[in-house]
Amino acid sequence: MTPPLEHDYIGFSEASPMGRASGVDEDPASLNLRETELRLGLPGSQSHDRSKPTLAGVSIFGKDLEFSLSPSKNSAAPVSGAKRGFSDAINGGKGVGGLFSPRSGESSVNAHQSAASNSKPLSKEGFGASPQTKTLQEKKSQAEAPATKAQVVGWPPIRSFRKNTMATNLAKNNDDTETKSEHGCLYIKVSLDGAPYLRKVDLKTYSNYAELSRALEKMFSCFTIGQCAANGLSGQDGLTENCLKDILHGSEYVLTYEDKDGDWMLVGDVPWEMFTDSCRRLRIMKSSEAIGLAPRAMEKCKSRD
Amino acid sequence: MRALPELMDPKRARESPESAVLSRPSAFPDEVLERILSLLDTHKDRSSASLVSKAWYHAERWSRARVFIGNCYSVSAEILVRRFPNIRSVTLKGKPRFSDFNLVPQNWGADIHSWLLVFAEHYPSLEELRLKRMTVTDQSLEFLALKFPNFKSLSLLSCDGFSTDGLSAIATHCRNLTELDIQENGIDDISGNWLNCFPDNFTSLEVLNFASLNSEVNFDSLERLVTRCNLLRILKVNKTITLDQLQRLLVRAPWLTELGTGSFIQELTPRQYADLETSFKGCRNLQTLSGLSEATALYLPALYPACANLTFLNLSYAALQSEELARLLAYCAHLRRLWVLDTVEDKGLEAVGQNCPLLEELRVFPSDPFDEEIVHGVTELGFLAVSYGCRKLRYVLYFCRQMTNAAVATIVRNCPDFTHFRLCIMNPGQPDYLTREPMDEAFGAVVKNCPKLQRLAVSGLLTDLTFEYIGTFAKNLETLSVAFAGSSDLGMQCVLEGCPKLRKLEIRDCPFGNKALLSGLEKYESMRSLWMSACKITMNGCRLLARKMPRLNVEVMKDEESNDGQSYKVYVYRSVAGPRRDAPPFVLTL
Repeated sequence: MTPPLEHDYIGFSEASPMGRASGVDEDPASLNLRETELRLGLPGSQSHDRSKPTLAGVSIFGKDLEFSLSPSKNSAAPVSGAKRGFSDAINGGKGVGGLFSPRSGESSVNAHQSAASNSKPLSKEGFGASPQTKTLQEKKSQAEAPATKAQVVGWPPIRSFRKNTMATNLAKNNDDTETKSEHGCLYIKVSLDGAPYLRKVDLKTYSNYAELSRALEKMFSCFTIGQCAANGLSGQDGLTENCLKDILHGSEYVLTYEDKDGDWMLVGDVPWEMFTDSCRRLRIMKSSEAIGLAPRAMEKCKSRD
Repeated sequence: MRALPELMDPKRARESPESAVLSRPSAFPDEVLERILSLLDTHKDRSSASLVSKAWYHAERWSRARVFIGNCYSVSAEILVRRFPNIRSVTLKGKPRFSDFNLVPQNWGADIHSWLLVFAEHYPSLEELRLKRMTVTDQSLEFLALKFPNFKSLSLLSCDGFSTDGLSAIATHCRNLTELDIQENGIDDISGNWLNCFPDNFTSLEVLNFASLNSEVNFDSLERLVTRCNLLRILKVNKTITLDQLQRLLVRAPWLTELGTGSFIQELTPRQYADLETSFKGCRNLQTLSGLSEATALYLPALYPACANLTFLNLSYAALQSEELARLLAYCAHLRRLWVLDTVEDKGLEAVGQNCPLLEELRVFPSDPFDEEIVHGVTELGFLAVSYGCRKLRYVLYFCRQMTNAAVATIVRNCPDFTHFRLCIMNPGQPDYLTREPMDEAFGAVVKNCPKLQRLAVSGLLTDLTFEYIGTFAKNLETLSVAFAGSSDLGMQCVLEGCPKLRKLEIRDCPFGNKALLSGLEKYESMRSLWMSACKITMNGCRLLARKMPRLNVEVMKDEESNDGQSYKVYVYRSVAGPRRDAPPFVLTL
């Protein structure tokens, strides 16, 4: 069946695989991490998609942090949001998408940070357990002390309470921008009928069904979800639901999920945001078992063709 | 029962200037006069009534239940209790307003405790205490809770010195509490346990505002409190309260008239969202909405059903974008007061102009006031857009980074009813960004077009001409705030000579010196207070002022922020209590 698979049993839900970096080896730290890394795929194999980001991921308290090991390569990383789940290895850093639309204030916040710290925003996060505090303190000190700019005491005339609150919110928004999530990640279990073990995916790292299906397909590719996965995944948003069904159409599997009410639903019916809100776990079901669901799915596919 | 006031007390006859004219006994029995005068509400009316005759003076003082003291050092507690024996409600303001912006050192004064000691003896039935910019310790709060069994209503705004432990004392001991209103204070937020201190049989709460406290409260306690206090009409929670928790509270108290939400950003399932929407639909009496910290566009629509009767919307802690605001305002046609952050930008303000024709008050706060690199925020265009759509505008506080004389002139042509015009161009001394001229004509237009103007705050590059305009036209002006403006003493002189109703003048970083200071000698006795800092005042000027005007308190502090060591902060105010006895070492009373 499968070549020796590396997978992360050790709290995959708590920690992203360490050092899912690609083949950049100059940093000894990254080397060490890669030594201990458990990842999907043949040992030593690397998909082309892994070429870009050289990021080491650490997940602490359910919140993913990123710090750059080789800053020169990270032009894309800070802006697009640093919270990469496992999909990052699969999707080559493009897993983040439009769920969190950067506010107009974001660029200014980044500019503010750059002005203040003279370094890439990402480097502020460091390894500490509470990056938010650190950023907050920096923000607060900028709000209160005229250290970085020629600030006049008590000007503009805003009450201290408001100043401090806005500084806190700025820090929070900034962290949101970089971690892409206000409330941590959204890891859910994914089971494949017949597979000996389950996987976990972070729904927050996808922005539509196409990305999710790509990720799942790669995750369980060893179990051959279907050849037609290669077709028609142009990524157009309007076709996401159809694409998913097209994948499953003709394959022996159906993608279902359990929602917060405990019901098993067919993936793809509702808008993406609503799906991520209500999805509790995913199950890739054998078509033969999905008697109630699959025929409907196939009918819908047919009607759209 | 109390004795009848003595009308013919010779001592009082000497004090009252009216005694020579109207010394005959009143035609009304005193009780009737008192009953009539007790219907007078405002302090100004009551003050006027007390000046009519001795009879009226005494009837007024016996019937007064509420007193407002705008400067806690203008009168002493002893004098207060002597004149007004039956006070139930005291409102006190303490520090100079610039203390809000860190211009007044710690431990300056305005401590409530000495007042409480006197009140405990003379006003044991005290019910209400409303404090602004006072120092309040936990010890004072505990004293208040224990010594005044009828105490009902506590409001603390911009105060300092206490912690959440003090609130625990209030919650524990004030059996008849109807109002606990804690706003924007600089306090020690130790924990949210104070909320648990309300006893289980405590049901009288009508107003609860802890929106500005940061520590988490026990939600079960809060829910039970809200459930059993069925008179609750104002509830403002802090941002540790999540959306689904808010929903549960709304179900318990759908008759709220004022609501402050907690954080508006939690992830909701479709069912939770539907519940939230239903709960908001059930809030038919909402007039005021605030909070919404960290709001996202996703859940704002849940609010829409609750906005039909809204008159006051406070979004000043919610960083909304222009579209989000526009969509929300479409449901708020009856809005009279709106506070927003400048994240809504000019486009958001256009939506204000389009959707809120009844708007009377607009405040736009800066979301990131210290970053000069920002090119966002609001400009003169947003203000203009509001003025075209909201002709009833009378109160504006506007923080911006650019303004023009022409825009302001148009704005006040559109809205001549301004009573409060506070414009803050955030870069000190910045001219009209299009013409590069001073902003004199802008404020000239304001005072010429708005005869009802009571309060004015100026900013930008300003010469003496601005103050000439103010002195010439602003005949109803009561409060003036000036910063980084003016060219010479003449500016301040114009204001002091030209504004008959001036009560509060606060100036910082202006080139006004002793000549200007001394030009207002007689004026200061008709004012509440004068503040000047980082101006060209010298110690000699202050001493001269103190010598010539013994009934004024002239307090001087050294200005630590100044470079030359010659700069002073001067606080001048009238007082019947004499120099204050609690001045710290760094305050020199001349």
